[in-house]
Amino acid sequence: MEQILANGLYLGAQYALIALGLTLIFSLMNVLNFAHGQMYVFGGFVTYTVVAQFGLPFVVGLVASAVILAVMGALIEVFLFRPVIRKSKRDESTMLLAAGIAFFLDAVILLLFGEKQRGVPKIVNGVFNWDMRLIMPYDRILIFVLAIAMIAGFIALMQYSKTGRAMRALAQDRLAAQLMGVDVDRYSMIGFALGAMLAGLVGGLLVTITGINLGMGGPTSVKAFMMIMIGGAGVISGAIAGGFILGMMESIGLTVLAAYGDITYLAIFASLMVFLAFRPQGLMGKPWG
Amino acid sequence: MNKQIMGLVAFLLAVFVLVPVLISATGRWDIYYTLTSVALLSIGSAGVWLTFYIGRINIGQGAYALLGGYVSAVLMTQAGVSFWATLPLAGLACAGISVLIGLPILRLRGVYFAMITLVLTEVMRLTALALPVTNGAKGITSIPLPGALSLFGITIIPDFATMANPKLGFYLLAVALMVLSYLALWRIVNSRLGHLCRSLQQNEELAASIGVNTAYLRILTYAISSFFGGLSGAVFVAISQSIYPSSFAVTDSVNFMLYCFVGGLGFVAGPMLGTFLLYFGWDLLSVAKEYQLLIYSSAMIALMLVLPNGVLSLFDKKGGGK
Repeated sequence: MEQILANGLYLGAQYALIALGLTLIFSLMNVLNFAHGQMYVFGGFVTYTVVAQFGLPFVVGLVASAVILAVMGALIEVFLFRPVIRKSKRDESTMLLAAGIAFFLDAVILLLFGEKQRGVPKIVNGVFNWDMRLIMPYDRILIFVLAIAMIAGFIALMQYSKTGRAMRALAQDRLAAQLMGVDVDRYSMIGFALGAMLAGLVGGLLVTITGINLGMGGPTSVKAFMMIMIGGAGVISGAIAGGFILGMMESIGLTVLAAYGDITYLAIFASLMVFLAFRPQGLMGKPWG
Repeated sequence: MNKQIMGLVAFLLAVFVLVPVLISATGRWDIYYTLTSVALLSIGSAGVWLTFYIGRINIGQGAYALLGGYVSAVLMTQAGVSFWATLPLAGLACAGISVLIGLPILRLRGVYFAMITLVLTEVMRLTALALPVTNGAKGITSIPLPGALSLFGITIIPDFATMANPKLGFYLLAVALMVLSYLALWRIVNSRLGHLCRSLQQNEELAASIGVNTAYLRILTYAISSFFGGLSGAVFVAISQSIYPSSFAVTDSVNFMLYCFVGGLGFVAGPMLGTFLLYFGWDLLSVAKEYQLLIYSSAMIALMLVLPNGVLSLFDKKGGGK
């Protein structure tokens, strides 16, 4: 039981970090970022290149992932999303753009890093063992702590800094924020960069444990969508809650339902449908996003 | 009106006469397969387009294509039902399931609906993997070719196995189904139902307040949309004579949606044109080898920057063609 809970918390922390980036972009620009999973994979490959190819320490790799993805996010916002949002008749057009970017990043990853599964050597050795009741490798614990620290840092940024306040205002009401003198274009760019950076950071963290490959982008996006549906789209607390709930459900499901074959996700989806029938906006979302 | 009928006749002549003549003249038989796929995929995207028409972003058509394929495959291999009977059955099965799934999820809007339909595709794949009747990851293979179809003792369509050129047969079948689907779609859009759908697209609360039964309409359109999805999946199975859980995945669902976007959401022929452009373009780009996806996606992004309202908006002089 302790093992299941620990696994759930560990998965949940990573999931929450992925969902945070997605929900941030969604709340600021009303854009569903299909390319989020691909950004995550890209971040993983950057860390892999820096750590395994250049032989630099892990922290450098993580910083490189964060910086490269943040720059990429900012460029994508300024040169792609901004003009399309201005010109198109329906908001949904941005979805085509986002899907196009997802394909584009897949192509870039394939050309730059190849299609092989990649991983970096363990950063810490050893296994934490509490009386055989709870077994957890030290590197997983380290990743968990780092993920929690990043979530805390992100919340602090959103809550106490001027940038965070501007972004929260933007998410609440774009027009009102603009009238109060918030530079909407600038903070949209920063928000997108921050969201992409979070995706890159999770990729960098996870490459040390599960490794990374080209095919992980799509399924990661699907999982991230499920999390923000559970928690409510565009709400930060919802993304965190959704991440931990999905992590916990996956961990419990994989143990309890293992006897019946690979039906964990089927069960999760069925319960999600029932849940959404009662609460379409998720746990903490505003009605109709 | 006359112009429209002329256009329709020209289109029919082009697909049923001109294309086969050109292909037999140049000897490029492989193009039949591409064009057949375009025709079938555009049936699926016609369904997606219809859900767009009530203001819902549907990224779950792959799920129904997979379901329709499996219904047709299981009926043919295990119950011995003729292919022609499984076509409507696959469509109806999808429509039935979609009513059950649609009842809770059609209450969602915007990105919520988009996200849950995307998840639905993944779930359908997992279901196909887990159920015993679908034979898991091994899939169902060596499905027989469609047999002869006869009505009142007259053979309308000969047995595909005895055909000299089954590729041509499948092409004609797919195109005929496509034409029928788009005629149905055009009829729906220009009927009372179409007007009601437009009212849903613009403002659901307002429509409900003047007595439009929005819940019923949503379910009805979603069921029709899924019928199209199941139909295209069932024919695909007959062509490839096999189906696997990965036959239709998340990428296919996203593609169905992209076809609609590229063609233009305000035009009935939009999904057909979009499917043709994207699928054919993808096929032509295979000469670029490892740069195929790069060029394809760049072209798509560029298209979005230049024509964010779809290719057909080029011909939309009035501007407000919703």
